[in-house]
Amino acid sequence: MSIAKLTVLAAAATALSATTAMARDQVQIAGSSTVLPYASIVAEAFGENFEFPTPVVESGGSSAGLKRFCEGVGENTIDIANASRQIREKEIKACAEAGVSEIIEVQFGYDGIVFASQQDGPAFTAFEPADIYNALAAKVVKDGEVVDNSYNSWSEFNSELPDAQIAAFIPGTKHGTREVFEEKVLLKGCEDTGAMKAFMDGGMDEDAAEDQCMAVRTDGKSVDIDGDYTETLARIQSNPDGIGVFGLSFYENNADKLKVATMGGVEPKTETIASGEYPVSRPLFFYVKKAHIGTIPGLKEFASFFVADEIAGPGGPLANYGLVPTPELADVQATVDGETTMEPASN
Amino acid sequence: MSDTTVPLESQTGHRSLLLPDEKLKKRRRSETWFKMLGLGAVITGLFFLVILIASIVYNGVPAFTQTYLTIPVTLPAEKLDKVGNRNPSDMRKVSTFGYKPLLEQALIDTLADRGIEMPFDDAGILADLLSDGAAAGVRRQVLDNPDLVGQTVEFDLLASSRIDGYYKGRVDRASVNRGMVLTSVHLDVADALKEEGLVERRFNLDFIIGADASDNRPEQAGVGVALLGSLFMILVVVALAVPIGVAAAIYLEEFAPQNRFTDLIEVNISNLAAVPSIVFGILGLAAFIQFANLPQSAPLVGGLVLTLMSLPQIIIPARAALKAVPPSIRQAALGIGASRNQMVFQHVLPLAMPGILTGVIISLAQALGETAPLLLIGMVGYIASNYPDGFLDGFVSPNSALPAQIYEWSKRADPAFYERAWGGIIVLLVFMLAVNILAVVLRRRFERRW
Repeated sequence: MSIAKLTVLAAAATALSATTAMARDQVQIAGSSTVLPYASIVAEAFGENFEFPTPVVESGGSSAGLKRFCEGVGENTIDIANASRQIREKEIKACAEAGVSEIIEVQFGYDGIVFASQQDGPAFTAFEPADIYNALAAKVVKDGEVVDNSYNSWSEFNSELPDAQIAAFIPGTKHGTREVFEEKVLLKGCEDTGAMKAFMDGGMDEDAAEDQCMAVRTDGKSVDIDGDYTETLARIQSNPDGIGVFGLSFYENNADKLKVATMGGVEPKTETIASGEYPVSRPLFFYVKKAHIGTIPGLKEFASFFVADEIAGPGGPLANYGLVPTPELADVQATVDGETTMEPASN
Repeated sequence: MSDTTVPLESQTGHRSLLLPDEKLKKRRRSETWFKMLGLGAVITGLFFLVILIASIVYNGVPAFTQTYLTIPVTLPAEKLDKVGNRNPSDMRKVSTFGYKPLLEQALIDTLADRGIEMPFDDAGILADLLSDGAAAGVRRQVLDNPDLVGQTVEFDLLASSRIDGYYKGRVDRASVNRGMVLTSVHLDVADALKEEGLVERRFNLDFIIGADASDNRPEQAGVGVALLGSLFMILVVVALAVPIGVAAAIYLEEFAPQNRFTDLIEVNISNLAAVPSIVFGILGLAAFIQFANLPQSAPLVGGLVLTLMSLPQIIIPARAALKAVPPSIRQAALGIGASRNQMVFQHVLPLAMPGILTGVIISLAQALGETAPLLLIGMVGYIASNYPDGFLDGFVSPNSALPAQIYEWSKRADPAFYERAWGGIIVLLVFMLAVNILAVVLRRRFERRW
């Protein structure tokens, strides 16, 4: 029965090694898939330049990352949560209840959201939020009346747009990008087209009208993409009329296949996003568990390295990849160095 | 029933048996039809297999070669070793960002040396020819061998993914011009360097043994660490699922009484075999990470989850194999005075071994290709970046697995990762083939005929 003995030995050995290796020696990060590339670039450079092992970066989405972040304090919880939106009151409270009361918020840059189509497709070169709203909203204003959206082609509501079938691939509701898309494009378009006013005249209160503004048509002209930008790209490549929503960095890496459209007359570029001229952008964050600084080796060093001028500043590897550096980088560095935590939840 | 449809004449008429009658012809026709249908099915299957393998090979083979630029780099002591004692721990203070300007200067010098016109105003733009990882590679070599400082040394520097893609035919001039990363002027410089013999495309061992790289260095990414992760997970599965599964099958088949309770267990095992694998991931997260406090992203946890997933797939075929052993063997063994234990272990189990091993092989192959449960226990992402420190550390240090690595690469923005993902599929298939061959050899050794 030597096999049985071996098995027992192996099991014992793994159990033993599991307990001895519990003292984790590398930083663990999880969260937004938009922040993942930036975090992985920093992690790689960190591993190369410091004596610490390369941090581990997982994706899974902003909400999932923050949820894991708020599970508690200890070596089998993550140290840093990446998010493509700010942490919510509710999440801060959940964190505090689990013992994670000291959180360092680091806003390290901005990400632009662009509308792009096939390189050889119809000339989708300039959009206004109103165009996107008319194409994708569930209810639109047509001849002064609120009706269900029945537009089939872009030229039906804006003669300057090509006469092409409406086919849009937008991020699914689990993505942080969706929120930005709804607030900065659909809601804006809703106000611009007068639909917002029409909804409120029709007896809705402001909240209900806003919800109606952000409702997307469900007749198949707008497709939610729950996967990543690569999936959106594949859908665009198989559909010449398709319009997709991408992050600026993804677009810049695939600019040979995609043609980007201006929004409100502004071309999405690092400069226009940094200046706030380009309307559809969002801040990118990571959140550090202060309680882990000191117990997890390299955590503080990693956070400082992330926001160092040579990494997150203009011309650094993150900016080269498509990050729009924050103009207040010095303040951010001070926050990290001083380990300044956020205000606890207000109630 | 069919008698009624047959004309009366053919039943009563005196026809030769050697001549086929209508009914026989019909039967033969339907047989021919069925044969052709079956052949058609096989051919369709083969057709798709050929397409699959051809596209994997076509897309994946380029990942096994990599473009390097051979450039002499001057390593000034005043920049790299300010203390001047050639002590690596002091020289570590110069980060990869300190090495980058050296490479830019080396490129400019090389162009001037070889009489190639420098087309850019900014050395940084010219340096886009090189991978971001090139500086890290030079730094590592200098720290390993501090005596290089102060000399001019020829380094093989990784070319950037698009230059590499240009020589592989993945990137053409038109697409480079449309894109934002490089321009066709870069390609002109690369061509000029190639004419000077400074650009070389060679076998990419780092792809097979290397670690994952971050999103802007696809040219540096390898599957080696993820491969180790898969290996450690399979070790856990073999060490746990095989003994537990086979023991459960033997007990249920040979010893257990037939009653409500064993019926219930049987139904549950069959049900578990059909549970989607992601459910096992959720279970693993709750049971092993949150309850048992095992580390996240560890191949040990991955292996435990895959063990749970493989158990029913091992138990069911093992029971079938035991059932297939003729009862006469058992009766003969018992008849000459063997105990039940002796009967099972000395007679039944050896005969059932080939069938049991087949089940084990299939379940291992399935476990090897599984991604979904790994998503939930933190094995997908930028994980496979460090080699484990040793055999035992391999079970607990964060790692990915081959299929998870392929999935991760297929999501990344740079199209060069797509090529790597296909290359990873080739490695995965070869790895699976190796595991399967090993299992088949084992099965042959155990095989007994009666």
